[in-house]
Amino acid sequence: MRPPGSAERRRVSLRNVVPTPELVPAAFTAADLSAIRAEFPILAERVNGHPLVYLDSGATSQKPRAVLDAERDYNEHHNSAVHRGAHTLAALATEQFENARATVARFVGAGENEIVWTSNATEGINLVAYALGNASLGRGAPASDRFRLGPGDELVVTELEHHANLIPWQELAARTGATLRFIPVDDAGELRMSEAAAIIGPRTRVVAFAHVSNVLGTISPVAELVALARAAGALVVLDACQSVPHLAVDVKALDVDFAVFSGHKMLGPTGVGVLYGRAELLDALPPFLTGGSMITTVTMERAEYLPAPQRFEAGTQRVSQAIALAAAVDYLTAVGMDRIERHETELGARLVAGLEAMPGIRLLGPTAGRIGLASVDVDGVHSHDVGQFLDDRGIAVRVGHHCAQPLHRRLGVTSSTRASTYLYSTTDEVDEFLAGLAEVRTFFGVDQ
Amino acid sequence: MTSSELQSLYQEIILDHQKHPHGFGLVEGAAASSHQLNPTCGDEITLELHVDAGTDVVSAVHWTGHGCAISQASASLFTEMADGHTLAELDERIASFREVMRSRGTIEADEDLLGDAAVLSGVSKYIARVKCAMLAWVAAEHAIAQVRAA
Repeated sequence: MRPPGSAERRRVSLRNVVPTPELVPAAFTAADLSAIRAEFPILAERVNGHPLVYLDSGATSQKPRAVLDAERDYNEHHNSAVHRGAHTLAALATEQFENARATVARFVGAGENEIVWTSNATEGINLVAYALGNASLGRGAPASDRFRLGPGDELVVTELEHHANLIPWQELAARTGATLRFIPVDDAGELRMSEAAAIIGPRTRVVAFAHVSNVLGTISPVAELVALARAAGALVVLDACQSVPHLAVDVKALDVDFAVFSGHKMLGPTGVGVLYGRAELLDALPPFLTGGSMITTVTMERAEYLPAPQRFEAGTQRVSQAIALAAAVDYLTAVGMDRIERHETELGARLVAGLEAMPGIRLLGPTAGRIGLASVDVDGVHSHDVGQFLDDRGIAVRVGHHCAQPLHRRLGVTSSTRASTYLYSTTDEVDEFLAGLAEVRTFFGVDQ
Repeated sequence: MTSSELQSLYQEIILDHQKHPHGFGLVEGAAASSHQLNPTCGDEITLELHVDAGTDVVSAVHWTGHGCAISQASASLFTEMADGHTLAELDERIASFREVMRSRGTIEADEDLLGDAAVLSGVSKYIARVKCAMLAWVAAEHAIAQVRAA
């Protein structure tokens, strides 16, 4: 277990990083990186006649053999219904499923009963928003009375959110009469923290924000936002989709009330995500989805609910996916999140340095305090055309608005081209991306 | 380094149309208007049909919008092709263009029917880009339906 406050120290150290690779030993040696890459079968693919250069891990990551094997092994040897049935396989399946929960809980510093399986991070945020909405209708009273929302209450997000951490709050505001407010970003893409103190106040009931921006790759000032929320007595919901896969994250050290992340962005399968919630909050909230496996007593008129996490896990669960996600967490832990973070910081700094020096390229967001992720606007060339040009060389990047239309609009662009790394990414891949990008404007005839 | 497939996707004439689009900018007096959006990339187009009074002959097409080279060039090429045709003739051309776009590179466009827009044939090999090429043509189809309904 990591000591409290360590996540905050890491954030600061990342902000101060200086790209001087000749002085600081690399996080991975060339041999380390080759060994890691050999564990990911898909990295040997060729695309359009070129070796795959996969720089789209921010959208979805690739899977090592350990993860592929774990899911296959479960399906070949243990597949069975969990939390029901008295036969041997059912008992083994249940044990593996709950062990997976414990593994993920340890990974982020949470208690086992504080980890709820969801389909993805989007469902996790919707779960919290709908549970709060149900509490506002009086469901779960009296325990849930503290969560009631109505006119005069305020929900606060930021202008850089992924749509998944914006629209559920728009809808919750519409259902309850609460008001949705947001902390704006400035022209450089930084949160205007000077305004945050005026926006987060006595009326604020929820503060929801991204730990790491999926467009800018920048790390949010979690400690400052949590302090403002705490002073206001508001709940904190952290979108940790882009942080948990890339940084060592301790939800207790960050002191957030809820956090969500997705399995497929951290070497795991699609179809499984995680909601962390403080135990006393989860146990006081009414359910979101209802049905089988989340009840104690049911009559034709009403039902009593299990405590968390089962209260929020109605219906058949994504068992093989949860087990495979735990294998991903074991893999990440074995490599070491500190080393992964350092490796990606090096790649991020290389990306930024290359992009900043390139004519006709505008890097979105501040240069410092980033993970290995950068989005750019290419002057005169639409991001889809940039992506098509790079794909021709086997380079996979994300193009479009990355589910963050308001942020793009704020920065004066409709879309951007995003490169994002992971532990298996190399400096050569970053350089190939930069070399390709440097030729785009010439190809499209806009460099004169 | 750049493949011949990519060269054929982005032919000179396509990039020319993108840079100097035909019919760009809306003009008063349209018979019908359609706004189309591709939500995955944010590409947008508003396309308007001008029809000669008392006939079903399209006298002009005007459009505005933003997006990738393919969507912009396609709108320009449609506009250039459409002038002077009847609604029924445009129906036929839109259907033909859609067939080519859905062919995954197996059908070459009929230049007699589609004019310079036939250069967009290469797009059909790139499944993710077919929607970009279709955007203006779908807008036109929608606008034609409105003219008929009026």
